[in-house]
Amino acid sequence: MKIENDIRILVIGYGNPGRRDDGLGAAFAERIQALELPGIAVDADYQLTVEDSASIAQCDIVLFADASVNGPEPFELTPVQMPPCVTTGFSTHGLSAGALLKLSSELFGFSPKAFQLAIRGYDFGDFGEQLSERAQGNLEAAVAHLTPLFQTGFRRFS
Amino acid sequence: MSVLTRKITIDPITRVEGHGKVTILLDGQGRVSQARLHIVEFRGFERFVQGRPYWEIPVLVQRLCGICPVSHHLAAAKAMDGIVGVDKLTPTAEKIRRLMHYAQIFQSHALHFFYLASPDLLFGFDAEPTVRNVIGVAIKHPEMAVQGVTMRKFGQEIIKATAGKKIHGTGAVPGGVNKSLSKEERDLFLRDIDQMIAGCRSALRIAKNYTLDHLAELSEFGAFDSIHLSLVREDGAMDLYHGNLRAIGSGGQIIFDQVNYQTYFDLLSEEVKPWSYMKFPFISKLGSEAGWYRVGPLARINACDFIDTPEAEAARKEFKALTHGKPNHLTMAYHWARMIELLHAGERIKALLLDPDLQGDDLMAVGERREESVGMIEAPRGTLIHHYRVDRHDQVTMANLIVSTTHNNTPMNRAVTDVAKKFLSGTTITEGLLNRIEVAIRAYDPCLSCATHALGQMPLLVELRDGEGRLIDRKISE
Repeated sequence: MKIENDIRILVIGYGNPGRRDDGLGAAFAERIQALELPGIAVDADYQLTVEDSASIAQCDIVLFADASVNGPEPFELTPVQMPPCVTTGFSTHGLSAGALLKLSSELFGFSPKAFQLAIRGYDFGDFGEQLSERAQGNLEAAVAHLTPLFQTGFRRFS
Repeated sequence: MSVLTRKITIDPITRVEGHGKVTILLDGQGRVSQARLHIVEFRGFERFVQGRPYWEIPVLVQRLCGICPVSHHLAAAKAMDGIVGVDKLTPTAEKIRRLMHYAQIFQSHALHFFYLASPDLLFGFDAEPTVRNVIGVAIKHPEMAVQGVTMRKFGQEIIKATAGKKIHGTGAVPGGVNKSLSKEERDLFLRDIDQMIAGCRSALRIAKNYTLDHLAELSEFGAFDSIHLSLVREDGAMDLYHGNLRAIGSGGQIIFDQVNYQTYFDLLSEEVKPWSYMKFPFISKLGSEAGWYRVGPLARINACDFIDTPEAEAARKEFKALTHGKPNHLTMAYHWARMIELLHAGERIKALLLDPDLQGDDLMAVGERREESVGMIEAPRGTLIHHYRVDRHDQVTMANLIVSTTHNNTPMNRAVTDVAKKFLSGTTITEGLLNRIEVAIRAYDPCLSCATHALGQMPLLVELRDGEGRLIDRKISE
């Protein structure tokens, strides 16, 4: 399997795998990692933070994968736009995907094409390490849909 | 006399680590009587771990916090050392854990300073929020911003090398560690360490100069006398990985010292208040009114006798000179103290990287099984306590966790009240007041305990109560 035109793709899955379906992003990253697709780097973390700006500045396409509480089923894939402005949170250390793009652009002079994958989850209330059955199904659908897109460098994404 | 109380609620104050709310209580004359920081702390974790085998706990507890999972990992591992009867780790195991911990301090302090604090310090409290943020710092001070990003990444890479993974690391296990550091990994970090320490010096300079340049203003901003509590080494040195408990009074007098933390429950109690989910710890013998205390960088710099790395020690002496050797009580001095610790962490990481014990292969110690143990560590935000009981089937039967932000609950409320009293004019919440409340809370770098953060969800609990505490309205926004 070869990625068209040697495009560098970074997948960042984020969320808390200890809070049931909030771990969908990390689970997606794990699944993509296991596919061992050439040209695709995979990372996972609890949240997006400033140092991710350095990583995304070195790739052509970045896919941010997270869980969604009330988005469409089974998942939604949308382009990420840079926000016109970014404000500092009260105490959070995490950034939004759009803020990261902006930071990457300001600090490193480049921001890649970016997509947000929002996989619909259902159970966020409890501590627990397993995805709910429905969330697991949505994860499978996302992996099946995204795998060919990785191969074409998201050229067929519309 | 009956006093009518009106309420002004500021919301949303809600972000990834959890969510909070500030309520300002006015008296009948429209003056601030009290301001309350409400934090929804998730304590269900203590029940979640019950029934789990003890060796899983150091990995499981990392789910508690997205920003300092290593602190929970190590505090739990220290507790489980006690469960397996190990009081002394092998030199390699202890140094690997220390490297992991100081990297955690390094990345957390760097992130807080460059991402959350520096916009306030560089642009001022009244600057437009659209400018007073990390992008503003990137535009006006690009070198500093790149430095901050690089420092955070450096710390994270050391964590990855010592814990095995960036997320859900497994490096520390009951009785030791499961890997040492290769020479190749060491050399990679040694290549960059001097640049990292240079970054620490720059950040320290900014925090120090800011405090000194604004001393009059900061002396009237959330400043109040308090007790300071932290772990210190047996010789009184700052030690962020291990030590005994020390508490000093507002004038620097010792309240207790060199207390083995296995008996923390004899010293500390927690008070419950009806308006907050988070408890209010205090020193038992002093009572809740007089016994509350601060933890974290300011408390640690105030409480220790010295720092055993040269540049941080010189910085500590400068810090203490400002108050003629007495404790510093400025809330905003947390930033300066935090940057002294950042420099100390940089120096300590370098010393550890140069220690050949990190490449040793004696990773585990063994001992005689026990049923109860406490692990304690100085996490980036302050003293972190993990206390467990484990039955003969190796299952956890009791867990009690007191996290750093909980210790600082009363001080944060005091800081918010002080700021509200000084900056609320009439019954209108100005942008200036809002900014200052956030600045005061942010100085403590609170971690509001990991809630789910999934896309589209920003839960916020809003409660409205009258002067007699009756619930008038209750809403959860999503």
